[in-house]
Amino acid sequence: MWSRRQGRLRPTVCGVEELRRRRREREAALRKARREQQLVSKRLLRDDTPEEAGEGCVAAILGETEVQQFLRQAQRGTEEKEREGALVSLRRGLQHPETQQTFIRLEGSMRTLVGLLTSNQALLQLEAARCLHELSHSEQSTVAEACLPATSYLLTYLSGHSSDFIELCLYTLGNLIVESEAVRRQLLPQGIVPALAACIQSPHVAVLEALGYALSQLLQAEEAPEKIIPSSILASTLPQHMLQMLQPGPKLNPGVAVEFAWCLHYIICSQVSNPLLIGHGALSTLGLLLLDLAGAVQRTEDAGLELLACPVLRCLSNLLTEAAVETVGGQMQLRDERVVAALFILLQFFFQKQPSLLPEGLWLLNNLTAISPSFCTSLLSLDLIEPLLQLLPVSNVVSVMVLTVLCNVAEKGPAYCQRLWPGPLLPALLHTLAFSDTEVVGQSLELLHLLFLYQPEAVQVFLQQSGLQALERHQEEAQLQDRVYALQQTALQG
Amino acid sequence: MQLPPALCARLAAGPGAAEPLPVERDPAAGAAPFRFVARPVRFPREHEFFEDGDVQRHLYLQDVLMQVADAPEKPRVPAFACQVAGCCQVFDVLDDYEHHYHTLHGNVCSFCKRAFPSGHLLDAHILEWHDSLFQILSERQDMYQCLVEGCTEKFKTSRDRKDHMVRMHLYPADFRFDKPKKSRSPASAEAPGDSGERSEGEAMEICSEPVAASPAPAGERRIYSHRIPSTICFGQGAARGFKSNKKKTKQC
Repeated sequence: MWSRRQGRLRPTVCGVEELRRRRREREAALRKARREQQLVSKRLLRDDTPEEAGEGCVAAILGETEVQQFLRQAQRGTEEKEREGALVSLRRGLQHPETQQTFIRLEGSMRTLVGLLTSNQALLQLEAARCLHELSHSEQSTVAEACLPATSYLLTYLSGHSSDFIELCLYTLGNLIVESEAVRRQLLPQGIVPALAACIQSPHVAVLEALGYALSQLLQAEEAPEKIIPSSILASTLPQHMLQMLQPGPKLNPGVAVEFAWCLHYIICSQVSNPLLIGHGALSTLGLLLLDLAGAVQRTEDAGLELLACPVLRCLSNLLTEAAVETVGGQMQLRDERVVAALFILLQFFFQKQPSLLPEGLWLLNNLTAISPSFCTSLLSLDLIEPLLQLLPVSNVVSVMVLTVLCNVAEKGPAYCQRLWPGPLLPALLHTLAFSDTEVVGQSLELLHLLFLYQPEAVQVFLQQSGLQALERHQEEAQLQDRVYALQQTALQG
Repeated sequence: MQLPPALCARLAAGPGAAEPLPVERDPAAGAAPFRFVARPVRFPREHEFFEDGDVQRHLYLQDVLMQVADAPEKPRVPAFACQVAGCCQVFDVLDDYEHHYHTLHGNVCSFCKRAFPSGHLLDAHILEWHDSLFQILSERQDMYQCLVEGCTEKFKTSRDRKDHMVRMHLYPADFRFDKPKKSRSPASAEAPGDSGERSEGEAMEICSEPVAASPAPAGERRIYSHRIPSTICFGQGAARGFKSNKKKTKQC
């Protein structure tokens, strides 16, 4: 993915500001869609040949007669080049929603296209597949659903050998999958899961990336946790293969890994059968991948690492909540201290490049430190408390999470609190007590309580640094009153 | 955010877990009004916690279009012809040749020269059409395997199999590869007789049920008829092994 897609930036017709504006618009639209739980995105493979790009103008919308003409030419032309050319013209026209509508309304058009798709002329087949792909990308359900007659053939072609063709079929299927439950209700009985499972053996990176995309779309479906994951996915060999794609090493391809990491995330957060995945070594594979990512960050291999880091963090965090984590054999567990080191390297990377992902990283840190004294000890011995505190000003959400992690450490007892004191912790707490956010203050109070309990010497310094005044500010706040009062008492008595 | 310099060294060093400091909890820690409990947190799919990451994921999916602009032109080579006997296609782009080869010459039945989209279908074809043992066994047990990958159902006749594929797997009733030149309106029935043009490599495969106890010699499986097809067939015939009954009887 990275090598293929990067370095091919379109010579911008519009300025940078315009691009930024468009991106902000798209982002806002996506956020809205997500809140309405309608997050759907399709991927379009479009190879603009130099001739096409050179034309400088967008392809024209085709009318009904023209569509008919091109179809007839493609089907019955005598010269192969002529037939191919007709399909190319059709394909270009199909970039327009209007042409797509015209096409689907024309009687027999899909039938003809499917006939060309299954013909014995290789290049016609390819062009027909490209036409289908354009249609599959449409945002209008009627257009995408018009492609349904072709699906059984697309699935059959997945076990063929032409990698470019298979890639195209996969992206087309992926686009159709995400369209509606009605489409999936056809694809599942047609055997899409076994077809994908067979296809995963392909040695071609582009095919694997396309496969991952199609699969991620299937797994993202609303009905996936009940209807798709338990019966089809977990019964197949897909989970093991997915984990293989995520194993770090020379064979790891970032583009492929991104897709399969998201696939894994959708499976894991559905909470259908996580112990099974743990049994397949998911924790250790993902842990090693995390280390690899941290290594890549250090080598400043920027190129969208957060796209892979995000699902990996989510998978690890969710898996750690499974009871199976404790019972599974030693190798399968996650105990390596390097995971903490890697996580902090990633946190720093997020801090600089993608602060919105800090909560996700801190979520993992919480799950690591909540039940594991070993990881809490690592946090202390690797001197990570101070860097953690540096994240406090980022946002209220981040502050609460940082304080929660610190509570995880402090609650383990005096041996831990001793290492938190003296140091930057108390000044930081006095600072957070000045925040107005109730949750931040509440968590600060919890941490203070633990600190006072296990490290009584801290009380004196707290008082000396105007701690009581800091507490007083919140004595009227309903959610905080009791705790403020209790701490005031402790401080005064101590 | 400043990281301690030793951290990178730790990452580079070998695996290991820190020897945990002794844990010693005082019951007063969790006493009211304090309520902190250390616990791992899980988030389900649709949780708003995932909003930012999800939005970025989708921007990426959509972004591919932004980045795929000037695809490097496929390198051209001096024109060459396909080396397979009887094929005279010429190519000057290697990818096109690869696709042509896989479509027409890969997965080819050595008996009847028909090409199939996948090895799976080729194997099924050879078994059902060129294996004399198959025909014998199929009289006593269900031998026609469902063509959908992963389905293990078997059937007495190819018609039954087709019905199964249409009903259970939602396959189109006319599932086939290599359609004829004539376009047909969706309403018309599958009348194979139409395709008078049995031109090399293009005519549709039409087959009917093999007649029971047929005296057909070994290797001859199907008897062609011009009835409405009852089987699902496929295959891009590069060259037909046999075209009519007459030819068959000659070989008797």
